[in-house]
Amino acid sequence: MAVLANSASEGGRAEKPILSREPNRFAAALREAAFTGLVSFGLFLPLIGFETVTNIRDELILRTRWPLLAAFVFIAAGGRFFYSFALAPWLARRAQKPVKPAAAWRGHFKKWFVPFAIGFVIAYPVIVILVTGWGGALKWIDNFGIQILIYMMLGWGLNIVVGLAGLLDLGYVAFYAVGAYSYALLAKNFGLSFWVLLPLAGILSSFWGILLGFPVLRLRGDYLAIVTLAFGEIIRLIIINWTALTNGYAGIISIPRPSFFGIPFNANDNGFAARFGLEFSPLYRVIFLYYIILALGLLTCFVTVRLRRLPVGRAWEALREDQIACRSLGINTTNTKLTAFAMGAMFAGFAGSFFAAREAFISPESFTFIESATVLSIVVLGGMGSQIGVAIAAIVMIGGTEILRQLNFLKEIFGATFDPTQYRMLLFGLALVLIMIWRPRGLIATREPSVFLKKRKAISVDLVQEGRG
Amino acid sequence: MAREGSPVLRVEHLTMRFGGLVAVDDLSFEVQSGAITALIGPNGAGKTTVFNCITGFYKPTEGRIALRRGAPAVWSALEGLTDSGKRGLVRPDGALFLLERMPDYLVAQQARVARTFQNIRLFSGMTVLENLLVAQHNPLMLASGYTLLGILGFPSYASAERAALDKARSWLDRFGLIDRADDPAGELPYGAQRRLEVARAMCTDPVLLCLDEPAAGLNPRESAELNEILLRICDECDISILLIEHDMSVVMNISDHIVVLDYGVKIAGGAPDEVRNDAKVIAAYLGVADEEVAQVEASVGL
Ligand SMILES: Nc1ncnc2c1ncn2[C@@H]1O[C@H](COP(=O)(O)OP(=O)(O)OP(=O)(O)O)[C@@H](O)[C@H]1O
Ligand SMILES: [Mg+2]
Repeated sequence: MAVLANSASEGGRAEKPILSREPNRFAAALREAAFTGLVSFGLFLPLIGFETVTNIRDELILRTRWPLLAAFVFIAAGGRFFYSFALAPWLARRAQKPVKPAAAWRGHFKKWFVPFAIGFVIAYPVIVILVTGWGGALKWIDNFGIQILIYMMLGWGLNIVVGLAGLLDLGYVAFYAVGAYSYALLAKNFGLSFWVLLPLAGILSSFWGILLGFPVLRLRGDYLAIVTLAFGEIIRLIIINWTALTNGYAGIISIPRPSFFGIPFNANDNGFAARFGLEFSPLYRVIFLYYIILALGLLTCFVTVRLRRLPVGRAWEALREDQIACRSLGINTTNTKLTAFAMGAMFAGFAGSFFAAREAFISPESFTFIESATVLSIVVLGGMGSQIGVAIAAIVMIGGTEILRQLNFLKEIFGATFDPTQYRMLLFGLALVLIMIWRPRGLIATREPSVFLKKRKAISVDLVQEGRG
Repeated sequence: MAREGSPVLRVEHLTMRFGGLVAVDDLSFEVQSGAITALIGPNGAGKTTVFNCITGFYKPTEGRIALRRGAPAVWSALEGLTDSGKRGLVRPDGALFLLERMPDYLVAQQARVARTFQNIRLFSGMTVLENLLVAQHNPLMLASGYTLLGILGFPSYASAERAALDKARSWLDRFGLIDRADDPAGELPYGAQRRLEVARAMCTDPVLLCLDEPAAGLNPRESAELNEILLRICDECDISILLIEHDMSVVMNISDHIVVLDYGVKIAGGAPDEVRNDAKVIAAYLGVADEEVAQVEASVGL
């Protein structure tokens, strides 16, 4: 009884200040919402409020979209109000509660996650065909499966350079381009097969990586980032302007596609379908390509995981932590950086030659800075150095933008002219901002030690250096 | 406590200028093998600069820094080596290196000079054990066939790694860090970080260990423990130690030979007892002119 009375009186006492504070908080939230509305109005007015369209006489005319603008401003202001009034106090209250120890299922989850994920990606084409049927499967395997896996592989490759060795590389797409053009040119001009050219493209890319690395790797931090950025652009400009070799902007068309042990995927009598007594379908080739990129991706991941446990991998991480200490221990930092650069470039070269073989057409458009930025944001979002983080980030970023293409129901809400893919970059940026606020060091914010004596303990990234080149 | 031996390190006429500033001025001294040599002096005297010159982080403006490994007889080849313009020479009975000609990582890798830093430089996001494995990078790299054999999982690498782990474990044991082996280095308390840095340096199998203020920031008990460890490794492992130290009690207790620097100039050198009573040293430490020393000594009761 006493306890009850006590708690009641306590509640009564607590009631008062909350009541008196309540309108205060409401007003504050309203104020913030109004401010957010104002900022978003200013921001969205040129982006959303106006639209240019070509009329029937081929003239560009300006149209206004006030309702859509109002909707955007309202969403921003409403979201801010919800955050300030309800979410922020709730988060603050939650932060005060003691942290519960990790549940037992977490351990099981950790143990089974990787085998399950690998099993899933291997079975993915079958699952898709079972779910969507023969007709709808192409889109899901090609646009989702292959597309995500290419970026996942690029992410893992760049992770060696940025995540492990701590060298900020903004021109990673250059090596991707070198791989793609190596395959395209050698396959078209010399008729070499995909399986011969795949390693060759990797070697050529890593050769370019070393060539770039020699002069550049004595630079540190921001300087390194700027020079790699420039290198990415230089390679693109060479591709554009060396028309005799690369055909410039027009690109290279009808690049030979990989064959299944010499059997091409076409509708002819000696094609894959005919040979195996199946009805012809483009799906076979797509499934075949899916497994190629899956194998390449897994190879990248497997090699990286192994390298981390070898002296060279440890030296990369040590380099990221402290270069001067590395030198005092007899580590040749230039060579170590070069190996990281060459390794990352090699995987980009593999991915590039796969890309060329899959598309059968490449042009400089495919190798712009935005590709480097996408891959880098996958690495940063995933948590620098974390293989699983990179995989998750690739699925979210690339899968997410692909999903936007599918969101046709939004047309019903915003009208038939609304094209969700146009908002891809907006959402991309929003996701980056949110994750950087919520988890500044990426989704996976722990580092797994490469070796242990008694117990493997994850290391909080707060202790891990990001590397300054 | 004097340990006898011939020099492992000879610093001759070392001069280091930064623009107009002469940080080290015509400094010559020797480090005897198997002994502990201390480099002392007031703040800004140029001690760390001497270390950076020895370990190849700075290129000295002038001077010769020669390091011997193996038989003392190799010293006879010094003049020939200097004239030849080469970095070093390796003979069956020993090796001789001219450190001022070598880049920093080769000083550590070939001449086997290990060092620690005045402001601790650990790989803070890596575990204590990983720190010690990074220190064994070069032999492990060789055993992994420059990564090629390692990635294919050759057994030769596995056994080399096991040996490296054993070595790391034995050093952790000696420095009392074995219980923290799987913790990130950045999480260790300050004293343990200092010890770890010395342990990491020892994992490179050095012939000369250069310690830049190893006792800085340690409490008296930790400092005494460290002294004991240093004396022990100096006796047990065929190694010479060169250390910078501010704490006079440490210096006087453990060193066999002391070199005193002031404004880059060597003002005294010798056994602890000689240095302790040297008028110039007292003047440098008390910050007065030579002539006033007697006066000051009298007033502080020396
Ligand atoms: N890289 C450099 N560039 C310019 N001047 C330097 C450089 N390194 C050291 N100096 C200068 O050389 C002098 C000696 O510095 P040093 O760090 O060797 O002193 P120290 O004896 O180690 O002092 P402390 O006891 O404070 O560690 C100082 O005046 C310092 O400012
Ligand atoms: Mg110093």
